[in-house]
Amino acid sequence: MKDSILYTDRLSVGYDKKILIEDINIKISAGKIFTLIGANGAGKSTILKSISKQLELISGTVYINTKNINLIKNREFSKSVSIMMTERINPELMTCRDIIEYGRYPYTGQFGTLSEYDKNKVDEAIRLVNAEEIAEKNFNFISDGQKQRVMLAKAICQEPDILILDEPTSFLDIYHKLELFDILKKLVYQKNIAVIMSLHEIDFAQKISDYIICINGDKIDRIGTPEEIFSGEYISRLYNIPSGIYNEYYGTPELKAVTGNPEVFVISGQGRGINTYRRLQRLNIPFSAGIIHENDIEYPVAKALASELVSEKAFEPIGEDAFKKALDMIDSCKKVICCLESFGTMNNYNRNLFEYSKEKRYLNIL
Amino acid sequence: MKKRHMICFSVLIMLLIFLMGLNISLGSVKIPVSEIFDIITGKSNNISFVNIVKEIRFPRIMASIILGGALSVSGFLLQTFFANPIAGPFVLGISSGAKLTVALAMIFFLQRGMILNSASMIAVSFIGSMISMGFILLISGRVKKSSMLVVSGIMIGYICSSVTDFIVTFADDSNIVSLHNWSMGSFSGIDNKDVKVMSIVILTAVVFTFVISKQIGAYQLGEVYAQNLGVNIKLFRLMLIILSSILSASVTAFAGPVSFVGIAVPHLIKNFFGTSKPAIVIPASFFGGASFCLLCDLIARMIFAPTELSISSVTAVLGAPVVIFIMLKNSKSKQR
Repeated sequence: MKDSILYTDRLSVGYDKKILIEDINIKISAGKIFTLIGANGAGKSTILKSISKQLELISGTVYINTKNINLIKNREFSKSVSIMMTERINPELMTCRDIIEYGRYPYTGQFGTLSEYDKNKVDEAIRLVNAEEIAEKNFNFISDGQKQRVMLAKAICQEPDILILDEPTSFLDIYHKLELFDILKKLVYQKNIAVIMSLHEIDFAQKISDYIICINGDKIDRIGTPEEIFSGEYISRLYNIPSGIYNEYYGTPELKAVTGNPEVFVISGQGRGINTYRRLQRLNIPFSAGIIHENDIEYPVAKALASELVSEKAFEPIGEDAFKKALDMIDSCKKVICCLESFGTMNNYNRNLFEYSKEKRYLNIL
Repeated sequence: MKKRHMICFSVLIMLLIFLMGLNISLGSVKIPVSEIFDIITGKSNNISFVNIVKEIRFPRIMASIILGGALSVSGFLLQTFFANPIAGPFVLGISSGAKLTVALAMIFFLQRGMILNSASMIAVSFIGSMISMGFILLISGRVKKSSMLVVSGIMIGYICSSVTDFIVTFADDSNIVSLHNWSMGSFSGIDNKDVKVMSIVILTAVVFTFVISKQIGAYQLGEVYAQNLGVNIKLFRLMLIILSSILSASVTAFAGPVSFVGIAVPHLIKNFFGTSKPAIVIPASFFGGASFCLLCDLIARMIFAPTELSISSVTAVLGAPVVIFIMLKNSKSKQR
């Protein structure tokens, strides 16, 4: 426990003495990003609020630098933990720099006068979040993405050991999301800060986090590296989505497949069919697809969306069995879409499927 | 301090001195400016002039300055506390609560042939303020919408005012005159002893407010962030409530309820100085409120002389447009 900057001991959290999550034992180490994931209302924010002293603990203890947080004075606490929450602020006539300067609050005297050192820290934080251009602008007149960066700069110049972020990307578009994660990464490496945050976007959680903390029901279900958490069926179970829909390689889910007897057969491979599958799904047309190798880039999408799928083992040429199966399907659909323009030795049977369909005048263009 | 703030402070102080001069000089008896300097330096031989200035106009001017300053600072504190730009001691019914308890106490003691001294008036008024404040806090804990807060404040104000009117109606004839004048709001009838008491109470409260301006600034970022910066929220909220109540209670005790100063002045000051930093806004609001009330009192005395208007009717005419302006500006910035 000595090497963790924050750890909890049989912590229970919740509102109004009602326990939401119990028996939380987590260890947070410096220079690492920890991400809480779990369904809506699972209690991610509740945990973050509890370890940042905004909510009273129901039972158990939180230690920061081996000190019980209930015994740490406010000012000392604010030097080791800074937060960025979902609450929006609405200051009047304040520049972004004014807001960021409040990060120095725990370090200044009674009248909050900034020393040269404090001013340098503010400038450094502004540079770190790339906010030089907006620093002198009125906070109320900048975009959500810029506001988020300003609040992050404020949190940074508080010089914390631990940075707590509650859904930091909620209002941001993809560009600003990437930018925010980039800043976080820089922060962790340059300052050796521990980051604890909650995220809804599990695809980003998988990419940015060193450790993932999964909340399910009234407990911490699993803690592990992204490699451990995002493999197999675990994510589908955690979020209670049907199996096969979440793609562990892409880190994203497909929409639900259309059910029913296949009306169209798609000849595809090499990733060419992905758009066609998704389009058929949108048009609510059930389809079958083949013959696709199990290591083909489009295999996970086809598997998630096709009612029936003919596949072949990785690195093997397509065999007789698969071919016959696909031929049966084509005969029952009587409509075929071919997404391939050329064929090779490994998928030679797909050429046969194509020519068979052409002969029978099954070919369709979507 | 930035250059802009220095200039703004200089303008405010010059305005204050100018208005003080006007208030001393103008009235039913005009006192020439040259005479004013002689009176201040004690060289004047005109005894009636000296008496008018020292016994009537000076206390009244000081009352306008100190009470006007107190109202503005109190308004600023309430706006910060409720995160609502149109909060103020009058709008939230705090002044009216104070008015009710003071009226009750005045009648109770007058009937027994006693007159309350100014310190106990402040105490009684403070109790009334706190009762209204308690109701407002109860309501604000339940409804989060800031417009609802103001509506309930106005309702509390009306209830207190009608109860006060009811009491006044049934009071002895002799009580009514002084009570009626006072309950409409006026800076007249304040003597030098009152000025001394109000100066001590109000200046102490304002200085204390200034000392916690750093905390007030952090609180402007919202409770969550203020707490994370190290502010003891419970203690701080309590201090804000007590300070704003002391300030508005002192005003009500001496001058009755005075409307709109608490909302209008801090807003004008923030825009004039281009900042909402408490360390600037608190002293500037004090001076601004002082000037605003000097001007309003001058108008109240002079416009229909010898009949005096109540101070609230002048502050309302000048202050209410500012409130409307704030609301328009807010609805516009929300559409952004």
